[in-house]
Amino acid sequence: MWLWFHKLSSPPYAYRVATLLRPWFFWSAMALMLLAAYGGLVLAPPDYQQKDAFRIIYVHAPAAIMSLQVYVVMAIAAAVGIIWRIKLAHAVAAACAPVGAAFTVVALATGSIYGKPMWGTWWEWDPRITSELIQLFLYLGYMALRASFDDTQRADRASAILAIVGVVNVPIVKYSVVWWNSLHQAPTISKLGKPAIVLSMAWPLYTMLLGFMLYFAAVLCDRVRSEILRRERNATWLLETVKTS
Amino acid sequence: MQSSGLGVLVRLVIARDLRLAVRHWDQVMQPLIFFAIITTLFPLAISPALDELRRIAPGVVWVAAMLASLLALESLFRPDVEDGTMEQWVLSGQPLSLLLLAKVATHWLLTGLPLVLMSPLVGTALGMPQSAWPVLMATLALGTGSLSMLGGVGAALTVSVRRGSVLLALLVLPLEMPVLIFGARAVDLAMHGEPVAGPLNLLAAALLFFVSLGPFAMAAAMRVSVET
Repeated sequence: MWLWFHKLSSPPYAYRVATLLRPWFFWSAMALMLLAAYGGLVLAPPDYQQKDAFRIIYVHAPAAIMSLQVYVVMAIAAAVGIIWRIKLAHAVAAACAPVGAAFTVVALATGSIYGKPMWGTWWEWDPRITSELIQLFLYLGYMALRASFDDTQRADRASAILAIVGVVNVPIVKYSVVWWNSLHQAPTISKLGKPAIVLSMAWPLYTMLLGFMLYFAAVLCDRVRSEILRRERNATWLLETVKTS
Repeated sequence: MQSSGLGVLVRLVIARDLRLAVRHWDQVMQPLIFFAIITTLFPLAISPALDELRRIAPGVVWVAAMLASLLALESLFRPDVEDGTMEQWVLSGQPLSLLLLAKVATHWLLTGLPLVLMSPLVGTALGMPQSAWPVLMATLALGTGSLSMLGGVGAALTVSVRRGSVLLALLVLPLEMPVLIFGARAVDLAMHGEPVAGPLNLLAAALLFFVSLGPFAMAAAMRVSVET
């Protein structure tokens, strides 16, 4: 049953799978994002309070959700790498970090742009915004630690420990709007229960989130392939592949 | 009754570290002087008026304590890694997490506890009323414990990195931010006479969390750092 898992830990197999899957992820992501953009910008009705300015939520909320999701993927990959000693898992974790940092920057920037017309301020030190900023620092710290080791194996293991330690911030970001009553609005969508938002406004949000996830998968395919090329540059299978292609 | 092997082990580690600290008093004093100097910078930079300083006093004392504890982390593991002692500890077959926990506990006694004792003086210099002293010392006692544990994990990760002090700050400060938020907030509440049970309990919970899981992260990180 776990054959697929163990097969994926072989760099040549993973390289082939990533090459095959990448176009599927990428083009379906583009299609979904375009559809969601059309639904969010054109089809969804203007909000009765915020009028048309609320539409930035279609980028802001999915980016913020992805910034947390990518960190969890990174931490799980790091844990898999340490526990089962699968080098490719460390490659996945290394590939996730810059993407997650980019999502976090997008979330903070779009949140800031959203905040100016809504709350009258570019920035507030409320719990959710502050913990999301901490999330950005955690990503940057991970990348800095990884870069400070010359030996790949040591860099992998040290940054894996850091990723696992830092996962404690993810629930803080997620539940900050539940635990503290402050400026940032309470959760409108959740996995259980009816969302506090009408369907014509909700479906572009879900679609954009799915599009972002598929986009992340596509980017991850590219980045993992680069990581494999870099780590396996002296391996026979790679030299064979380069010779025949 | 013969004490258990682990008890003897912990006692030996603590005794060794205390003995080494006594021989290098100047190294123990440096972070404390830094603490005093940092808090002096704020009246010079902002305003000498005690009324204005009083409002920011909890935050200033807490930030200065965090920075001083960061500086003190340099002397936590680096000397032992550089002269090969840590390598012997890793290879010794004894539980590394317990050894490192004992080291961090001693380090807290030498760096965190003096900060706690100095804090009323520093707070008064910034206009803090005497009524806030107990809460100030309590939050700093709990907080510096968490800072020592988190700092220990960061120090274990960066001990073999050349000139890794700034990297250490980069890794450890974001993780310490919740501790800072609750600690400074508790002192602020105490200064206004409001109940402080909430933040104090959260600080205690954070300390328990870090003390129970931190040693394992430290041991794993130290094994990565020490192997060549």
